[in-house]
Amino acid sequence: MFELEGIFSAVGDFLASFLGAPLLQIVSIIAVAGVVIGFLMVLALFLVWWERKLSADFQVRIGPMRTGPHGVLQTIADALKLLQKEDIVPLTADKKVFFWAPVICFVTCFLAYICMPFGKGLIVRDLNIGILYIVAITTFTVISLLMAGWASNNKYSLLGGMRSAAQIISYEVPLSLSLLGAVMLAQSLSMVTIVQGQGGSFLHWYIWRQPLGFLLYVTAATAEVNRTPFDIPEAEQELVAGYNIEYSGMKFAMFFLAEFINMFTVCAIAATLFLGGWNPPFEFLSFIPSWVWFLGKSLFLVFILMWFRWTYPRLRVDQLMAFAWKFLLPLAFLNIIVTGFLIYLFE
Amino acid sequence: MMVDSPDRPEPLTGDRNLETEEFVVNMGPQHPSTHGVCRLILTMDGEVIKKVVPDIGFLHRSIEKIAENRTYHQFMIYTDRIDYVSSMNANHAWCVAVEKLAGIEVPERAEYLRVIMAELNRIASHLVFLASFAIDLGAVTPFLYAFRERERIVDLFEMTCGQRLTYNYMRIGGVSKDVPKDFVSETKKFCSYLYPRVDEYEAILTENPIFLGRTKGIGLLDLPTAINYSVSGPPLRGSGLKWDIRKDEPYSAYEKFDFDIPTGENGDTWDRYKVRIEEMRQSARIVEQALEGLPEGGIKAKVPARFRPPQGEAFARIEAPRGEMAYFIVSDGSTKPYRVKIRTASFCNLQALPVMARGWKIADIVAIFGSLDIILPEVDR
Repeated sequence: MFELEGIFSAVGDFLASFLGAPLLQIVSIIAVAGVVIGFLMVLALFLVWWERKLSADFQVRIGPMRTGPHGVLQTIADALKLLQKEDIVPLTADKKVFFWAPVICFVTCFLAYICMPFGKGLIVRDLNIGILYIVAITTFTVISLLMAGWASNNKYSLLGGMRSAAQIISYEVPLSLSLLGAVMLAQSLSMVTIVQGQGGSFLHWYIWRQPLGFLLYVTAATAEVNRTPFDIPEAEQELVAGYNIEYSGMKFAMFFLAEFINMFTVCAIAATLFLGGWNPPFEFLSFIPSWVWFLGKSLFLVFILMWFRWTYPRLRVDQLMAFAWKFLLPLAFLNIIVTGFLIYLFE
Repeated sequence: MMVDSPDRPEPLTGDRNLETEEFVVNMGPQHPSTHGVCRLILTMDGEVIKKVVPDIGFLHRSIEKIAENRTYHQFMIYTDRIDYVSSMNANHAWCVAVEKLAGIEVPERAEYLRVIMAELNRIASHLVFLASFAIDLGAVTPFLYAFRERERIVDLFEMTCGQRLTYNYMRIGGVSKDVPKDFVSETKKFCSYLYPRVDEYEAILTENPIFLGRTKGIGLLDLPTAINYSVSGPPLRGSGLKWDIRKDEPYSAYEKFDFDIPTGENGDTWDRYKVRIEEMRQSARIVEQALEGLPEGGIKAKVPARFRPPQGEAFARIEAPRGEMAYFIVSDGSTKPYRVKIRTASFCNLQALPVMARGWKIADIVAIFGSLDIILPEVDR
């Protein structure tokens, strides 16, 4: 009833009725991009507010309360404030790189959503290499962080940039490998096929057949998006703020929003690959629209990442590396081998 | 960059010209982890610290010189400012020194009240340590938990002397006011409330693998080094020496109470943390015993407003939360001291930091610095 697929196709038909094919192509590209980016911006603003509220709950505080009911407008106010801030560029900074770093960070975080199945039929393009594309595109973040750390010409930023490069590249390996188990089960890299493979009841979700893969993915993803206990690139107690120390105003806001969108991205991937994507847990619950299930599952995983952040201390940089290479990577390989063996045995 | 062993390979040199070089990082004076205005000049090789030079003096207020221009009574408020996180203890040290100089008998009730206040303040100070130490390691949440408990102690102090930070509660010869009626019952309630809370902190931190990884074996301070650097307080006890002025040279009424002195084994960051956690429990025990045996009677010996101690000198030390705090007073028989020398634990403990931090990573120096529990006004005075 509330499936958005029908609405979108109705709008498409309506546009097609008076636009020519080439014009329709351009208009629909702009419209879809606008819808996706608009949705993600609102989502990022919501996540910032949610994190502040959740941290307040964990810390026996109440959090923002003044702007709007329970402070829901707080992040909008903050974003407006950041827009008005003076854009400070350090005198000794590499100005071009300094400018492009937040732009690259901000733009690439949206690219993953090209093949993210928000709901039944709600996908921009169902690429046949879907998950591979997403894993590849999310790695772009590291380039922007390294650029930011280097261009700021600040020792703390440089340390932060180097740390993030080392960390994200290391964790990329177990992260990609942990996804392979689900891909092997679905026999496809396409996100839609992977979701369809988990239809029926919640027992068909890949988390039951890939428990290790799921845990490995969540751990590596936490590191991938620089969240506590793996937030060493911006460790404020050591590096003050790491790579974004010299950024202010809108450029800082771009890093900040990108961080939250990236967090949602990794959670959405986990929800799609392991928690059945937009499939409801029971057949009789399918009257609830599919995009609600997708959002709910993703936000639940976001909640878990936030829970980590407000509970754990931070690892040290060498411990973090050792954890990736000596612990996660062997387990990820083991997971692939066991999965392959079981598939061979039963199918 | 990641290797931290003595057998690390030599950097590649020669044709490929891939030499690495050390660089200097100024940590502070404005830095979230220096707990005030302290500047650490770090010589780094990548992430590894080669050399630390603490640069102090940003908070110097020449309190020792001011003491020469104030009467003995007037100087009390300055002692608050030496260590504002545990100003009851700083008050206490000054009182003990002046009373020793002039040979003043303090009423027993006043001594008991001093002990109660000093121990409550020790708990509050250790809670601030716990809060900032957890934050130094990246765990933000325990900060607010610890401050919630500290708030209750501060309320008790406010009830008694009207102040929440610089209490100025003690007087030469006693204390300024008797405690209000419901202070005893409220404090007892607080003590029974504190024990489960401390257990809760231990549950969230002490055995947490990440916490252990960040503190166990980090920043070792062996006992001979600690003694040579005149380290005192929890860092010294963390290194394994059972030395506590409250037991070894009892002042006020400490000889009447039964309490243990926790010590560590290895002298690492974890031991220093654990000693402080245990000290909170012991302090609560002392407070409970003191409340139980609180005698009736006067709260202040007769000390004239124009108080002139006899000519001479006196040295007295107490066990403050950060270690030994001592006053050396030279009197020329007038209303003002001729010379006052203040020995503070933070200053001496900070001197050991370069030894402890050498060879560790930049993330560790934050943990090591936090575990020393330095307070900057005490370093600079």
